[in-house]
Amino acid sequence: MSEERKQRQKRIRNFSIIAHIDHGKSTLADRILESTNPLLKREMRAQMLDAMDLERERGITIKLNAVQLTYKAKDGQEYIFHLIDTPGHVDFSYEVSRSLAACEGALLIVDAAQGVEAQTLANVYLALDNDLEIIPVINKIDLPSAEPDRVKKEVEDVIGLDASDAVLTSAKSGIGIDDVLETIVEKIPAPTGNPDGPLKALIFDSLYDSYRGVITYIRIIDGTVKVGDRIKMMATGKEFEVNEVGVFTPKPVNKEELTVGDVGFLTAAIKKVSDTRVGDTITSADHPTLEALPGYRRMNPMVFCGLYPVDSNNYNDLREALERLELNDSSLQYEAETSEALGFGFRCGFLGLLHMEIIQERIEREFGIDLITTAPSVIYHVQLSGGEVGEIDNPSKMPEGKMIEQVEEPYVKASIMTPNDYVGVVMELCQSKRGEMIDMVYLDENRVNIMYHIPLSEIVYDFFDHLKSNTKGYASLDYELSGYKASNLVKMDIVLNGEKIDALSVIVHRDFAYARGKSIVEKLKELIPRQQFEVPIQAALGQKIIARSTIKALRKNVLAKCYGGDISRKRKLLEKQKEGKKRMKMVGRVEVPQEAFMAVLRLDDTTKS
Amino acid sequence: MIKGAYVHIPFCEHICYYCDFNKYFIQNQPVIAYLKALDEEMAEGLSSSLHAKPETIFIGGGTPTALSDEAFAFMMDSVSNRLYEEGDTKEFTVEINPENLNPLKLDVMKRAGVNRLSIGVQTFDDHLLTEIGRKHTRQSAIEAIALARQYGFDNISIDLMFGLPGQSKQQLQASLDEVLFLQAQHVSIYSLQIEPRTIFYNRLKKGKLTLPSQDIEADMYGYLIDFLAAHGIKQYEISNFAISDHESQHNLIYWNNEEYYGFGAGAHGYVHGKRVVNARAIKGYIRRIEEQGRACVESHSVTIQEKMEEEMFLGLRKLIGVSKQQFLKKFHHPMEQYYKEAIKALVAKGLLVEQDGWLRLSRKGIFLGNEVFEAFLI
Repeated sequence: MSEERKQRQKRIRNFSIIAHIDHGKSTLADRILESTNPLLKREMRAQMLDAMDLERERGITIKLNAVQLTYKAKDGQEYIFHLIDTPGHVDFSYEVSRSLAACEGALLIVDAAQGVEAQTLANVYLALDNDLEIIPVINKIDLPSAEPDRVKKEVEDVIGLDASDAVLTSAKSGIGIDDVLETIVEKIPAPTGNPDGPLKALIFDSLYDSYRGVITYIRIIDGTVKVGDRIKMMATGKEFEVNEVGVFTPKPVNKEELTVGDVGFLTAAIKKVSDTRVGDTITSADHPTLEALPGYRRMNPMVFCGLYPVDSNNYNDLREALERLELNDSSLQYEAETSEALGFGFRCGFLGLLHMEIIQERIEREFGIDLITTAPSVIYHVQLSGGEVGEIDNPSKMPEGKMIEQVEEPYVKASIMTPNDYVGVVMELCQSKRGEMIDMVYLDENRVNIMYHIPLSEIVYDFFDHLKSNTKGYASLDYELSGYKASNLVKMDIVLNGEKIDALSVIVHRDFAYARGKSIVEKLKELIPRQQFEVPIQAALGQKIIARSTIKALRKNVLAKCYGGDISRKRKLLEKQKEGKKRMKMVGRVEVPQEAFMAVLRLDDTTKS
Repeated sequence: MIKGAYVHIPFCEHICYYCDFNKYFIQNQPVIAYLKALDEEMAEGLSSSLHAKPETIFIGGGTPTALSDEAFAFMMDSVSNRLYEEGDTKEFTVEINPENLNPLKLDVMKRAGVNRLSIGVQTFDDHLLTEIGRKHTRQSAIEAIALARQYGFDNISIDLMFGLPGQSKQQLQASLDEVLFLQAQHVSIYSLQIEPRTIFYNRLKKGKLTLPSQDIEADMYGYLIDFLAAHGIKQYEISNFAISDHESQHNLIYWNNEEYYGFGAGAHGYVHGKRVVNARAIKGYIRRIEEQGRACVESHSVTIQEKMEEEMFLGLRKLIGVSKQQFLKKFHHPMEQYYKEAIKALVAKGLLVEQDGWLRLSRKGIFLGNEVFEAFLI
């Protein structure tokens, strides 16, 4: 048995696929699945690894999925592949690092036309940090604009990887797939580790199932685990009895045991998610290992926003929704907060803007709760004149101007890769966002990598969208937190019909306050429908009004004609009107549509588009 | 009891820029075949009802008077035959356009029992008339009305519009003055509504139409209500005004939430608790009548809840409002059972008036009618 296990272990290959968005990661994963599991081809829906609807809709991967495949190689032997799919977006590098820790190698996909992009770099560094063997794969060679040789050189020059043996593929047309599989066999090392030693399994993800309890996704580093074994969670010391172990093919398939190199799932009637921790080590209760595996650093949220139910009766439903989502997404943070304008809600922390949007959509769609999202904000460090220092994650909590000695805001180091033609435009955009250039590196005769220090608060909203639209989609962005800096920041309040609306407060740089204030009051005038009375809108810094606009009173809203043929249409009109009102929140005496709270930030006049 | 009958003549000689009724250019249309089918539909429709003939008849369009003299005579004869009953029929209206009214048609109508004419004028300003695609002039409108009076038609309604592109207050005033001068018994005045599938809509989409602001429209509306009232023409519905005892009986059927037949292509009816719609296309209509004697393509059974809602959002269009007593009689439950909160809120906002057992729109409520009507959807 032991010898069998050892032989089998030599034939295991654990790998991930890393790539910039849209370079073909999911299509290649599909092809690999098809080649190794031909039976599945009939049942397979495109890009099956993206199990959640939302993921499929947006064309991105969010959750990890670990699939076991069998490949009969040219040498006649049968190999066991574990493919761990990873997200490509900058928000989810946490997820990427988790999956990489469960692999020995990674396929690095680079688009043969686009070449190396910012995201590619970020993920490669993560892979290198984890000591993975990286196999460059140049994809989309079928495109007329493909330049594989140029890209190979880029990989060597920019990343520093030997790309002479890079595999050339067109995942869409099915070219080069066999080469990829053979290269995996040849180049990616088999897992080392002792199948007979004390059990050491890394939990790289977990999912809550109402029947089976917590399902842990594990990679066996050492030892073997069987159904019926007694295991121990090293972080909490809690013990459990194993109910099921198995692998994903991609459907879950139960097995009798999992051993070194295996990637799969384990359930043990674990009722509370807090009993397991991602990054923790599972070991045997009877023969425990002495040392746990190095765990993960918990990623801190970068972006915060307020989430409020439109209908205050749904507060508890919202709380439950956040609880459930947190089970499967440990990077989501939330805590209760109150707004004078909006009532009871939550301040939530996300890894980034995309993360925030996904969670919002999931709450609206899976839980059916209409939400008001307030503007995203970052954490500020405030030093009061008395000397005390505090953190503020909500603009409305910013103390009075006179009490403040200094405000520091988080900065990021942003790397923007762009074609030459757009350098000017990119620089203008960054400068308009209070960026300070760090460096500019010409990667080749066509592309530049520009690095800027930019305040995180200027990135969190639509920086990425502006970057894309100003560069016809060619520019790519990556960023990481680079510390705090003092800035001349002030709190701007919005006063609606004489009432200060805390949910609309923003923190702005003093120099931009006037322009921003003007934009916001004009935008609100557009978005808020006319009421039965005149509504003044003002932007204020403390007591000083710096901008104003007025929404005139509604004068006429009545259907002129209503005869026999109009009655059903009239009814539909009234119903639609009524529905529209539901999406409004009464703020003081004013009916404000949900979109207004967030859309105040969609200011398209801060840069030329 | 099915109180009224609407008859639709979907033919026009030209298309006005704002019109979204079911209509077609009359050239090359199977007009006679249509009128024959219409005749059959009316015969069938009445036969299924055991009651007497309806109290009101309204022939609208399109442009009923666009028919040739012969076709028009045929049509009037058929309607009169099938629907008219001396003693039962209280009001018989025909819509006319000034440019195709002539003595022959007036004569035919008189003999058929028509006692009310509704004239599409829209404005008495020649320039504005061209702007909106009308093919008559101020003069021809005045002459048509004079001619009608000569033939003994003493119940005349004039259709006007306000909020037209580029229309000034003076132009509106001139039209109102004309209405007074012509001693119209009834006026229907509509603020221009841009509907999809109209020429104006297309222009608006292309940015080629300038409409007056909501404020100007509201000013005009307020002005004309007061002006007409000062001259004895009282507002009795959102867009309808009349001298005493000359309200449109037919249209009141709609706002009183009562039942009516709808004959013709695209006509809507409310019979035996169902709201029904006929096929809109001419050929489709004719074919269905030939095959089944009926042309209904949509039918919706009105639920009690819907009926209540309609009672309110239609009834409140009348300035007199809705009677609590009648509501109770009709639905066996007091209005307050369903609408207590809504009524309270609307009264508090100054949009609704509760008085002597009636619920009606306040002056402010007339302007913001939709805000009120919406509150009565359960």
